[in-house]
Amino acid sequence: MQQEVIIAGFGGQGVLFAGRLLAYTAMEVGKAVTWIPSYGPEMRGGTANCTVVISDEEIGSPFVKNPTAVIAMNKPSLDKFEQLVAPGGVLVVNSSMIDRPVERTDIHVVSLPANEIAEALGSSRSVNMVVVGALLGNLDLLPMEAVEKALEAHTPERHKRFLKGNVEALHKGAEHRVAEKV
Amino acid sequence: MTKELIKGNTAVAEAALRAGLEAYFGYPITPQTELLEHLSARMPELGRAFVQAESELGAINMVYGAACTGKRVMTSSSSPGVSLMMEGLSYIAGTEVPMVLVDVVRGGPGLGNIAPAQGDYNQIVHGGGHGDYRLIVLAPASVQEAVDLTALAFDLAEKYRTITTIMMDGSIGQMMEPAELPPFQPLKEEIPAWAVRGAKDGEKRVLTSINLDPPTQEVMNLRLMTTWQKIEANEVRWKGYHLDDAEYVVVGFGTAGRIALSAVRAAREQGIKVGLLRPITLAPFPAEILDELTEKVKAFLVVEMNTGQMLEDVRLAVRGRKPVEFFGRMGGVVPFPDEVLTEIRRLATEPQTTAGHPRDRWLARLTETIG
Repeated sequence: MQQEVIIAGFGGQGVLFAGRLLAYTAMEVGKAVTWIPSYGPEMRGGTANCTVVISDEEIGSPFVKNPTAVIAMNKPSLDKFEQLVAPGGVLVVNSSMIDRPVERTDIHVVSLPANEIAEALGSSRSVNMVVVGALLGNLDLLPMEAVEKALEAHTPERHKRFLKGNVEALHKGAEHRVAEKV
Repeated sequence: MTKELIKGNTAVAEAALRAGLEAYFGYPITPQTELLEHLSARMPELGRAFVQAESELGAINMVYGAACTGKRVMTSSSSPGVSLMMEGLSYIAGTEVPMVLVDVVRGGPGLGNIAPAQGDYNQIVHGGGHGDYRLIVLAPASVQEAVDLTALAFDLAEKYRTITTIMMDGSIGQMMEPAELPPFQPLKEEIPAWAVRGAKDGEKRVLTSINLDPPTQEVMNLRLMTTWQKIEANEVRWKGYHLDDAEYVVVGFGTAGRIALSAVRAAREQGIKVGLLRPITLAPFPAEILDELTEKVKAFLVVEMNTGQMLEDVRLAVRGRKPVEFFGRMGGVVPFPDEVLTEIRRLATEPQTTAGHPRDRWLARLTETIG
């Protein structure tokens, strides 16, 4: 069993850490995992993304053309990745930053205003946790408790004051269920 | 031991440190820089030597000097930086002092780009510097393998008084995977009999690559070749996947090898009996297993992130007895598994030939695809 997630957005939206959080969690629950960022010139000013592959066996390619799930945190990311989500997969859309509807009808679309949700929680920086929560609420990827544990373990001391807000953001995002978990 | 999620570049740096690296000299270049960055913090902490040189030329010549003391020394760079080091590497080979080089290959030629590529195979595996020398080349395909091969690289370099190069591409440098780091090895206390120590009144030892007398140089060339024969006999490493009943075999190293693994699994699900041979040592090259496989299988597919460089070594091993086809992407473009799967299906369903050159057929197909 293998699942792949691409998380994409502007630099500064916490895209790379969101991916690392999934990778840490996958490792802690004993899965094989790869995390690879887009490290090219597109990082400067444009979109940043990372690919996380989680598997029960030795992982072949860390690069994936048609991932199980995509989190699009801004419009360029939706434009780039919408058509690539595997049929039946999950597409999480941050509607705060995206002003167009999703065209695909063969995938599960989870659209939520992640920026506003994070701001309402009093932690605008936890927008990445809101969308990760939304992914976990709609895709049977990793147990929420394990993600929480990994988040705590990998939040540096100087950021510990954000931990509570981040955990709340994960749960708030997970409340956005579109249907049964994929 | 527990695993940690760690980036390839950082993992190699930490593994080198734990293997007893005592002096590092380098110059930053993407996609390798985290390696140097990690050591810039860790080496001084441990009271060991770290120098960011003024250039790659400076770095490799500092490595040369430090290697002459018999300590564990290393440098790292990426393609254009490694080109700059070639003169020094040849001098080091000519002096028969051990060192480890890490080349995190990027797209080229020229300044190229910083994306993952394997275009430096010929440069690293078949030469680079001038003169008649060979070096050991290790090609990890994962972060864990990069860690494991780092310690091995130092051991092999010392055992054979040679350069060992760890050749990986930008994606292994930049990727994070769980890896188990080895415990710290104690630093070497013994000084090799050939090393210079700066000891007053001691026995005179001279380390140099200059040999003005041709017959003396020829004896040295002969010694290098005899050493290489030992390396070829003892140090070949590869990993096989699904080879037992394979009718077709994909050959790929590093990242191309693991991408091919995904394609091989997908082809197996479609009922195609295909396996993967992933060379871990590119030099010495795993020719013997290829020779054995040639007797058993119907055809080979070589997959690389270049225009077919290892392809020639595979063809030498197969010697025209079975068809060898090729698929590659280049310039920093990484193939997806489905592209390799298409090639495996072509191998299994279309008539194959040993005539002509596989590169010509691949180029004709690729030109149709990418114009």
